[in-house]
Amino acid sequence: MKFDLAGRRKIFSHGMTVLSGLAIVVIMVPLVAVVYEVFLLGAPVINGAFFTQQIPYPCTPEPGITCHQGGVLVPLEGSLVLIGLSSLLAVPIGIGAAIFAVEYGGERRSARLIGMVADVLSGVPSIVAGAFALSLFIIYDPTQAFSYLDASIALAVLMVPIVTRTCEEALRTVPHSVREAALALGISRWKMTVRITFVSALPGVITGILLAIARSAGEAAPLLLTLGQGCAHPLQGITAEGCALPLWIFYGATNPYQNWYNLAWGCALLLLGLILILSVLSRFTLDWMARRMRGE
Amino acid sequence: MALVNESAKMEVQDLNAFYGPSRAIQDINLQFADRKVTAIIGPSGCGKSTLIRCLNRLHETAPHAHAEGSVFLDGEDLYRMDPTAVRRRVGMVFQKPNPFATMSIYNNVSAPLRFNTRPSREKMDQAVLRALKQAALWDEVKDRVDAAATSLSGGQQQRLCIARALAGNPEVLLMDEPCSALDPIATSKIEELIAQLKAEYTVIIVTHNMQQAARVSDFTAFMYLGKLIEFGPTEDLFERPKEKLTESYITGRFG
Repeated sequence: MKFDLAGRRKIFSHGMTVLSGLAIVVIMVPLVAVVYEVFLLGAPVINGAFFTQQIPYPCTPEPGITCHQGGVLVPLEGSLVLIGLSSLLAVPIGIGAAIFAVEYGGERRSARLIGMVADVLSGVPSIVAGAFALSLFIIYDPTQAFSYLDASIALAVLMVPIVTRTCEEALRTVPHSVREAALALGISRWKMTVRITFVSALPGVITGILLAIARSAGEAAPLLLTLGQGCAHPLQGITAEGCALPLWIFYGATNPYQNWYNLAWGCALLLLGLILILSVLSRFTLDWMARRMRGE
Repeated sequence: MALVNESAKMEVQDLNAFYGPSRAIQDINLQFADRKVTAIIGPSGCGKSTLIRCLNRLHETAPHAHAEGSVFLDGEDLYRMDPTAVRRRVGMVFQKPNPFATMSIYNNVSAPLRFNTRPSREKMDQAVLRALKQAALWDEVKDRVDAAATSLSGGQQQRLCIARALAGNPEVLLMDEPCSALDPIATSKIEELIAQLKAEYTVIIVTHNMQQAARVSDFTAFMYLGKLIEFGPTEDLFERPKEKLTESYITGRFG
């Protein structure tokens, strides 16, 4: 009887191991398929010109016609501008809200409200964030309704909840004993927060920022409403119309011209690589900081 | 406000402390003699930690916690002072060593200086050296003050926390069961240290270990269910307890 029970347990255990192993294979399939497809179609256009040249005249090769490949310098620059501007807007707000919620809010209703607001905000569809930013400018400054500035505000709306939530969690993981140690030394609450608690939470905060960037860097929908048509000419400043990698994927993929289409796949690969690097970097920072803190 | 006893460094008057609606300590009246070691003993949950946390106003930093009554430090009511100023004069060592994990040994000890008074580098070096020597840790760390604080053993970390508390140059040192997370060797080191520290500081130590209280303290207070049951010279309290409750506790009949 006893042996029998052990046998059944063993069979059950093995069965479940196989099933969960299968689940891993199943989730790997779309990942591998996407990466494979993007690599196959995107890799041929990745060369020096791809990073340094403007978007070419639209063209499809026919007998007697050779097309200029061109590059995605402007969308790439545009994406970097957007990452910078939207982070500049979202990171201080997100960190500030998290610090208030964790360190100052205490049991107050306003502290819990921040978490709730962040949760609701993270559920806002990105296109709605775009519509919001657009209408904001239409009402207050229509001349800049299509600009990097406008698009950055839309992306910042998407980033704020991610930064707030991850930063909040990172601050909450700092043990209470650390705060008590600081307070018991007569260190003021603000200094404790900024120079001790926040520093301890920094790996988590950086990870949150990188995740938020990774999320917003791949967004096309809000850009469709806010960034205008700036892909064809060089960068003209943050108040002018612009371009970005995901936006060019949309334009290129929905156009009939072969060279634009190819560039869109190149953009897809570049974007994928960028986001992959950001994710790996965030994981790496987390590990590195954690190790440094343990003093290894 | 006159002190009843001229040699008292701290005096607690009608102190009540609450967590939300529940009262953790009731009408405590107690004096702590200058440059003596006073132990607070009692079974778990008797309020001894709450009491000691009222002496540097740390109790009120817990959610929904507050205290009523007075605690005088050199005749001045702590509860009318700025809490950060109080905590600079009344240092504290906790149950579990809690060094700042992100900082080196040096930066841990110098933390109260760097964040509060910001003295010159030279003065800071001197203060750190003094504190580490006072905490009997200098010989063990003098070659690696820039190493991470977390690279030290548990007992060393606790002495580091003592050094950190001393570096700010407090007048009173509160110790909340400072040895409960340590092995016997580390414990005896801390106890030796307490004996040396009382030359310069008023030490108030919470302990659940009666032998420890008997070994290190000059005065002992026994608490039970949030009330102060008996207080007196350690020898008297252990050998001739006046209260029946005290006697049952020290003879191990409960707790």
